[in-house]
Amino acid sequence: MKPLAAILAFALLATPALAVRPNEMLADPALESRARALSQSLRCLVCRNENIDDSDADLAHDLRVLLRDRLTAGDTDDQALAYIVARYGEFVLLNPTTQGTNLILWGAGPAALLAGAWLALSVTRRRARSAEMAELSAEDQARVKALLDDLPS
Amino acid sequence: MIVELGHYALILAFVIATLQAIVPMVGAQRGDRVLMALAGPAATSQFFLVAISFGALTYAFVTSDFSLRLVVNNSHTLKPMLYKVAGVWGNHEGSLLLWVLALSFYGALAHWFGSQLPARLKARVLSVQGAIGAAFLALMLWTSNPFLRLASPPMNGHDLNPLLQDPGLAFHPPFLYLGYVGLSMAFAFAVAALIEGRVDAAWGRWVRPWTLAAWLFLTIGITMGSLWAYYELGWGGFWFWDPVENASFMPWLIATALLHSAIVVEKRESLKAWTILLAILAFGFSLVGTFIVRSGVITSVHAFASDPTRGMFVLAILAVFVGGALTLFALRAGALEAKGVFSMVSRETGLVVNNLLLTVSCFVVFIGTIWPLVAEILWNRALSVGAPFFNAAFMPFAIGLAIVLPIGAVLPWKRAELGRAMKPFAGALALTGAAALLAYAVTGGVSTLGPLGVALAVWLVAGVGVDLLQKCGRGSVGARLGRLTRLPRADWGRAMAHAGFGVAIFGIVSLTTWAVEDIRVVQVGESFDLGPYQVQLVGMSEQKGPNYTAEVAEMRVTKGEAEVAVLHPAKRTYPIAGMATTEAAIRPGIFGDIYLVVGDPQEGGGYAVRSYLKPFALWLWLGGLMMALGGMLSLSDRRYRIAAGAQRTSTVAVAAE
Repeated sequence: MKPLAAILAFALLATPALAVRPNEMLADPALESRARALSQSLRCLVCRNENIDDSDADLAHDLRVLLRDRLTAGDTDDQALAYIVARYGEFVLLNPTTQGTNLILWGAGPAALLAGAWLALSVTRRRARSAEMAELSAEDQARVKALLDDLPS
Repeated sequence: MIVELGHYALILAFVIATLQAIVPMVGAQRGDRVLMALAGPAATSQFFLVAISFGALTYAFVTSDFSLRLVVNNSHTLKPMLYKVAGVWGNHEGSLLLWVLALSFYGALAHWFGSQLPARLKARVLSVQGAIGAAFLALMLWTSNPFLRLASPPMNGHDLNPLLQDPGLAFHPPFLYLGYVGLSMAFAFAVAALIEGRVDAAWGRWVRPWTLAAWLFLTIGITMGSLWAYYELGWGGFWFWDPVENASFMPWLIATALLHSAIVVEKRESLKAWTILLAILAFGFSLVGTFIVRSGVITSVHAFASDPTRGMFVLAILAVFVGGALTLFALRAGALEAKGVFSMVSRETGLVVNNLLLTVSCFVVFIGTIWPLVAEILWNRALSVGAPFFNAAFMPFAIGLAIVLPIGAVLPWKRAELGRAMKPFAGALALTGAAALLAYAVTGGVSTLGPLGVALAVWLVAGVGVDLLQKCGRGSVGARLGRLTRLPRADWGRAMAHAGFGVAIFGIVSLTTWAVEDIRVVQVGESFDLGPYQVQLVGMSEQKGPNYTAEVAEMRVTKGEAEVAVLHPAKRTYPIAGMATTEAAIRPGIFGDIYLVVGDPQEGGGYAVRSYLKPFALWLWLGGLMMALGGMLSLSDRRYRIAAGAQRTSTVAVAAE
């Protein structure tokens, strides 16, 4: 993580003080917790790669307030997100949509797992089968069985 | 003068590395022992030259030589000595020099400890190491020279980024680099084996210690980086799925897979081609990481000042080495014949499942990391892929691994019966179920993820218990304990690492699902409740550090009448760098951390204060360290230490060919 002398780009942030400021929080705890959850999936557009919940850039603050305004106005989570995406574009969503070409992104993992499992299975099975054939003849197996049966158990 | 010596040593190191890449390889092809023997001394001298160069740069930083551009940009006379030294690698050029230092160190080690290697294999391994070294030395000399002078040196420097002025900088990058670069050894062995067209148990035994070493350094590096983020960034986050974090995580995942498949090569002479492929990919992802960090094509919180030329250069290195190795693999993999066969249910199959889950999870992380780039290039679609995606896409693999691991670890080699293997797990299963129910009941069922995580953690640790119990065999308690103490260290290493995985899962789950957060404005003198504690802001004071000023809060944490801790969260201002940082104050504990942050003064008086309870946070890093310790135990196993003697015979055999 932080590979490297990493955090260099944080220089872009003025003060890494507090992200969510006390005065912007909603009085209703249910609404506030929805706002917190949503803001963790929204990107701060002027930051390098941070969500608006963690960022203390002014734009992140504006977005947090905007989001809370929408929720207070009675938007559902989806409506509030749609409102923000309509203004700032898909780039603002940290959780990529499942629409269009993004299906490749979401499907890649399961598809690779299935393909890998199938490949591993077929190779293992082929090897195991050829190994069994290479092992003992039926005659030898019968002898082994007879010997084993004779063993006092 | 010393700086010029360092610069000269770097250029000489490049020349030597180039020779090391070419001459021994030609020697190995022709069977010329004299040419092959050049590899060792070349590796040693390359290491010492790079070390001289690194020493010279360190000297320039320590003495604040502001005629060097790099020192001006990243240092200051008032900076504490620790950060003058660590600041050497707190920037692109210097960190690249550290990279090359680690690389040449591994090359030299391979020579110093490689006397038992067949001469031909050794020459080829060192030649590949030399080629990698030459490529990166060229990258430094042509695009990122740390020794560039300024015509008119300023009186003082710009100081180092304050977020980096932390003991974490002294330890985190060196460990990470030892890990990244250590994977080049596995890569070199893989390429050498492909050229020879031969992989056997001995090859597995040679390659595994290097992989283990790289893996354990990478584990320590990632764990420390995560801890650093936790205390430095001021809200207790520990993993952000940032591209640069992923860049360190992907090689770790592949190295973990390689570690396990190399066991199969060593013990059963099976999965040879696959292991070679993993060795290539592990270092390949190291290079991909280097590219991501240094090219700036993918937006990251981390990353150095980006420069397209450097990016192109790293991309070219990536293409030549990984592309070349994969081509070689395609040509030669068919020649690697598997000897050991195994049935559908066996230890081998367990390790195949482990490899499948690890590599596919790495693939998922890779796709997610590069997807914004792909979408932009192909469809001109600007989108982001962030933590929500990675959590959703990665977690199933981690869960799958945790479920399969304890059973796979006790299955016999070659052929096993699942029913019989599962029998000793009855107790562990019961324990797991009970733990899940307990976690569900205690936390009031707020999340299903929490109890699931606790169950997996208990399952893993109990599984290690079952494994060790089985190793004890039967008989009196004394006989069993006797057997336990005589277990090879590799077995202890395995137990430790697998238990560490469970402990880390427990830490992660607790930290993410049961943390308590409180954000409010607090007046001086006021107290507030935080879980079972009361926190009081006693006062604020000004303090002066070497290169910063700080506003320090005194906060008293009590529980009932008893004082738990007095903590001093602070805000620092670094005037030279023109930045401020928050310094969280943490009272760590086995059962959880109290984490306090103080922010800006508010209109109408008071300060913004963030406070957290982070349950079992310590366990996350404890788990990481346990995994690393497991690696160390395994590395110190007898079979690697006595291997030298055992392999004399095979050297003779090869020489006689």
